[in-house]
Order: sequence, then structure tokens, then C-alpha cells
Amino acid sequence: MSIDTEHDDLSQENAGGLPQDAGQWTAKLRRSAVEAFPPDRLMPDRQPAYVASWIYVFGVITLAALVVVIATGSVLAIFGPSWWHTSSTGLFVNSLHLWSVEVFFFAMIIHLWGKFFMAAWRGKRRATWVTGVVSFVVSVGAAFTGYLSQQNFDSQWISTQAKDGINSTGAGALFNVTNFGQMLMWHIMLLPLVVVALVGLHVLLVRRRGVVPPFAVGARAKVSDAAVEVGADDVGEERLDDEDAASEKVEERS
Amino acid sequence: MTALGMALTGFLGAVFDLSRPGHYVSWGFIQISVANLIVIGLMIVVFVAALLIPFRRHGRGDQ
Repeated sequence: MSIDTEHDDLSQENAGGLPQDAGQWTAKLRRSAVEAFPPDRLMPDRQPAYVASWIYVFGVITLAALVVVIATGSVLAIFGPSWWHTSSTGLFVNSLHLWSVEVFFFAMIIHLWGKFFMAAWRGKRRATWVTGVVSFVVSVGAAFTGYLSQQNFDSQWISTQAKDGINSTGAGALFNVTNFGQMLMWHIMLLPLVVVALVGLHVLLVRRRGVVPPFAVGARAKVSDAAVEVGADDVGEERLDDEDAASEKVEERS
Repeated sequence: MTALGMALTGFLGAVFDLSRPGHYVSWGFIQISVANLIVIGLMIVVFVAALLIPFRRHGRGDQ
């Protein structure tokens, strides 16, 4: 990256970069990012008509619950176990943390069922599916280490019950569930980072590939800007991209 | 704790007695707590409801 001393005042026209800088890695990265995620795709105003179903809301509920999980966990981290065990406010925040996790898993599993039965990996969406599945598995680990970090008899019981299972896999020497400090660090540092990164990637992939269309659109829908009809009775893999393109034109106010 | 809070706590404590061992359902090698079974049942109910209950649509005037 070079220092531009002659063009300190970048105008709107050259805000995308100077022509002579086009070969720099920053310019290449910016171009590829804008190509992959143009603003209207990254933050769309409308969604395809088939998204108007309750089964499509559970991903958003999962995301909202994750936000509450992170926020309440941050508050718990600030004040510590003596606060969340003895103060009424601490107990309340601790309960919010627990129940937001319950909502998180509840909604995520329904989201998983919905996407499984509509084969959401169709139409070049394999990476979207895989990141969702992996974030589910990592979330289980995050919840497990959370139960180990409660600092009460429950966490002691769970850790001593779990140690035999973990030891039988041969991972006990590295991942010691009776080591509170290690479990706490995994719970509040490593696993949240991985979960948030995976969920962020998952959402970006949903934006890039779009929401998977159902196998068959029940009613033929009019396209807003052209007389293109969708409503496939048989959605084959080879047709899916075309149908996606058509479906993107079938819009509805979200 | 207020009187209402104590009454609510007493009522919930009577319905959900957490001081006793939980109830479990055993079926062959499968063993699951009733609490987890209820949650799974609720998830199935919500899943089916999400498929069947119509979604309120709006803003269709320009289609």
C-alpha cells in the first residue's frame, strides 16, 4: 500500500480507488468483496415471495437469541460468579443467559429441521448448509462448557459425569472437563469466537446465495417487472439456478 | 419477596418439585428425562405449526 500525498481529498468519483492503484491487494480485495456482496445483496429491502412462511423465521430467532446470549454473557463476565449467585439482579441476568440459550437451541433445531426437509444445500448452497451444521455442533460445546462454568454443585456433577466420556475418546488430557479455568476460557473466549465467526459466515453465505426456494411453489406468482412465471412442479438441480434467478424477481415487501 | 412472589414461588414449587429426582422414560436402551421429552414434543408442535399456520402477508399491492 502506498501513501497518496497528492490526492488527500478523495472525491466521490475516485472513492473506489485510483486507476494506478488497481493492482494493489487492497484494491483487489475491495473489488472482490463488492462483487461478492454488492450493498443491495448484503442488505436487501425485499425477499422472495416464498419466504412469507413461519418456517423461515426461525433462523432470525436463532440470531436474535444469540445476540441476547452474548450480551448477557458479557454482563456475567463483568461481575463474576459471586454476583450471579448471590445478587437478585445477578440471578436474573444469569437466568436470561440460560433461557436465551434455550431459545437459541429451540429455534436452531426447528431451523435445522426446516432446512433439512427442504434440502437447503441445493443450488450451490453446500457451504451454507455445512457452516450451519458446524455452528450447531460448536454451539453444543459452548453450552456444555457453560454448564461446567456455573460454579455450583450442578457444574461439579456434570463435570465428573462427563470426564469419563471425554477420557474414553482420548481427549481428556487436552480437554479436561474438571479443570474449571480451562472450561471457563473455552466457554467465554474460544467457543463464542468460533460460533460468532461461523454464524457470521453462515449469514453472509445466505446473503450471497439467497434463501433456498421450496421444492414447489404452490401458486404461480407474477413477476413484478416481467411476465416471467415460476411454479415449478419438478425442481431439478440443473434448473435450480434459473429458478433462483426467477424467484429473486418475485419480490414482496419484507 | 412480596406476598405475590411467595405465592407464585409456592405454586410453581408445588407443580415443579426440583428437590426430588427427575422423572425418566426408558424404552430399550433409550432413556430420556420427561423434561427433555416435553421440550422435543414442543419443538415438533412448533415445527408443524410453522408449516401450517398462514403467514400474514402485507405490501402486495405492487405485485
